[in-house]
Amino acid sequence: MTNALDTMSGTDRPVGSMVASVSRLPARPLTKEKVVIRLLLSVLAVTTVYALAHLDDGGVNLLQAASDTLANLKIIFLHPGGPHLSFLKALYEVVITLGLAFLATLFGAFIALFLGLLGAQNLAPKPVTNVIKAFVAFVRAVPTILWVLIFAVTAGLGATAAVIGMTFHSVSYLTKAYSESFEDLDRSVIEALKASGANWWQIVFQAVIPSSSTYLLSWTFLRFEMNFANAVVMGAAAGASGVGFDLYMASGYYFDLREVGLITYLILAFAIILETIAIRMKNRIKDDQA
Amino acid sequence: MTQISQLPGAPLLEVSHVMKNYDGTRPALDDISFSIGKGEFVAVIGPSGAGKSTLLRCINRMIDVSDGEVRFEGVSVSQLNRRDLKKVRSKIGMIFQHYNLVERLTVIENVLHGRLGSKSTLSGALGRYSRDEKRQAMELISMLGLAEHVYQRCDRLSGGQKQRVGIARALVQDPKVILCDEPIASLDPNASKVIMEQLKRFSNEMHISLIVNLHQVDVALRYSDRILGVNKGRIVFDGRPSELSPERIAEIYGTELSAPRVRYAS
Amino acid sequence: MPADIFAKRRNDRLLFFGALAALTAGSIFITNYDPVAGFTSIGKAFVWGASNFYPNARALTKLPDIALKLRDTILMSVAATTVAAIFALMLAMVGSRTTRINAVFGAIARAIASVLRNIPLVAWAMILMLAFSQSQLTGFLALFFGSLGFLTRAFIETIDEVSIHAVEALQATGASHTSIILQAVLPSSLPQMISWLLFMIDTNIRDATLVGLLTGTGVGFSFDVYYKSFHFHEASLVVLMIVITIICIEMMSNYIRRIIL
Repeated sequence: MTNALDTMSGTDRPVGSMVASVSRLPARPLTKEKVVIRLLLSVLAVTTVYALAHLDDGGVNLLQAASDTLANLKIIFLHPGGPHLSFLKALYEVVITLGLAFLATLFGAFIALFLGLLGAQNLAPKPVTNVIKAFVAFVRAVPTILWVLIFAVTAGLGATAAVIGMTFHSVSYLTKAYSESFEDLDRSVIEALKASGANWWQIVFQAVIPSSSTYLLSWTFLRFEMNFANAVVMGAAAGASGVGFDLYMASGYYFDLREVGLITYLILAFAIILETIAIRMKNRIKDDQA
Repeated sequence: MTQISQLPGAPLLEVSHVMKNYDGTRPALDDISFSIGKGEFVAVIGPSGAGKSTLLRCINRMIDVSDGEVRFEGVSVSQLNRRDLKKVRSKIGMIFQHYNLVERLTVIENVLHGRLGSKSTLSGALGRYSRDEKRQAMELISMLGLAEHVYQRCDRLSGGQKQRVGIARALVQDPKVILCDEPIASLDPNASKVIMEQLKRFSNEMHISLIVNLHQVDVALRYSDRILGVNKGRIVFDGRPSELSPERIAEIYGTELSAPRVRYAS
Repeated sequence: MPADIFAKRRNDRLLFFGALAALTAGSIFITNYDPVAGFTSIGKAFVWGASNFYPNARALTKLPDIALKLRDTILMSVAATTVAAIFALMLAMVGSRTTRINAVFGAIARAIASVLRNIPLVAWAMILMLAFSQSQLTGFLALFFGSLGFLTRAFIETIDEVSIHAVEALQATGASHTSIILQAVLPSSLPQMISWLLFMIDTNIRDATLVGLLTGTGVGFSFDVYYKSFHFHEASLVVLMIVITIICIEMMSNYIRRIIL
């Protein structure tokens, strides 16, 4: 600030007379950030062009396929309905899918609560948090469907394997979210309780969890929203029941587009409702942190 | 109400009977009229929510008025089409409480943004500036004491430095008027002093009129030629700083309890 | 009264956990989830995995095959993400409150994005497969539509969050709409958008496994073939290579984010 005051008193001249003093612009530095952005964008562009040029289109006539798809979409969205599936039956199937998502979220949240505590840097020693972080990264890197298929070897294809597989990903997502919520907790609160002689569990249950419960619930709901989409997949690809299975049958076996339409509409309706609630939850997290 | 009669020069900006309703309840601006001459330094004071910000934004039509008229250099701003409005805006600078810079760009890039209103769409969009424009920007940057930060990203600057970038961006427009919306509300006292003195200097030397929203009465008293007191969307005081008695301040701020502490410097 | 607060707390807690228990019981009932099998199978799975699910010497001979399929999957995911990002950018410009020209078009753009991202990936794959048959193109298009929906929303949020103040300032100088977008909106939101793009590539590679399973392409198909023929050592190698890929990409993304954000 002092610098600014000095400069001011030294330049009591109108703009016009300054022209001579600035004869040349200093050279403009190229920042690391710009280099990285440009490099990344060019790599992506080249990769994309190469990938598109070598994309195997299965020998279908593209124009024909595109217009067929448009025609299909028209039937799907304009004439939903179907012989195999009444509206109520379809609704019940969606409820089953919601049930799968709920179970996976609940189990995931329960396990993540403990791992989240161990992963929070203000609550656990560094070696422990590192182990948790590595575990989370590994679980996340395996696609959900593969977790499910791996568990299906011992549990058999179906709801049980599907829920356990989805639980794994929920644990990794929620552990990260929870421990970050715990880390946001005011350090002084923990200090005050420590000073009063409370032990670790007392601090956790009396201070840490109560004061972050709003975040925990919000994050859990966000995961529930994602798990709904995952649960649809489980029906289609892992033999679990629910609306995903009906979708798989309708489009893969009966080729009944009108039924696909009914199912798509129902999934869409529930997904949008869940998303609307999730956005509110997310704004709540954001507002509180701002 | 004391009206100032002797204006320095012809009115540059005339605001007459301006009304602004947001949602049909209490109007945000209620029959506002005043005019401003060349080189005048006008402070607008009043409690928060009085309509100061709305008033400022009605002048360059960032907000459309519900009724009444704003005339800039004799042209009615509310009648203009988009193209002509942009032309008028290019002659009116604006400075914001939160600086409103593109934080990730460098100081000079932000300053040059002030030229965009006077450029063709194509060269503006591509960010191609002439040598003269760059030179002018450099001069202003050094005048404001930011010479060594020309190529620094704005998110690395202090609040006071950012506001000086904001001032340079307004000045590079060659404006007739600069509208300042709480320019020092986010700054510490030292930086505030620098900013206010620089504004005062440009007003004097380059004969630019300033309309400055402030919530510190003492700052308004020290720097302005004229003070407008606004309360509940109405102008309740219009006069010289010397005419602003504690009673008038209390009137502007509603009750005596909520009146800010005032330090009488002179 | 303090006693009341404690009683209310206890009642609230009772209600919350009661509702949770009821929902759990209901879910278990309708989904046919077997809690006992669920619990025991985790332990069994680990025992089984330790003895069967690791790459052995024979599996390693399949490495070049799998690597080739993995390359296909990565290329498809990157291409789908990049192409989706370009379209998402345009859709976001129309849909964002900061940059939109017209409120009606804005609402339409946001509605399109919402429908696209809320139709699950499986549904996209199944619908597209009807006309495009089992091919990489189907997978590419399914990933493209899902990414387009997701990225549009992310980009709109970024634009509205990052550039609204700078846009106001540039409007006040009389700058044109195009200038504002190219000089203020893009520079301020590009790094955040790139961060979303990297996240999407990562997600798409994992989702591509699923899509590959359905469309018979890429590394997902490899896994399916080995899995269904009980070649678990080979299947585990597929999983391992996916994990390594994802973790490498994540590390690279984090490095890039540290520099540009």
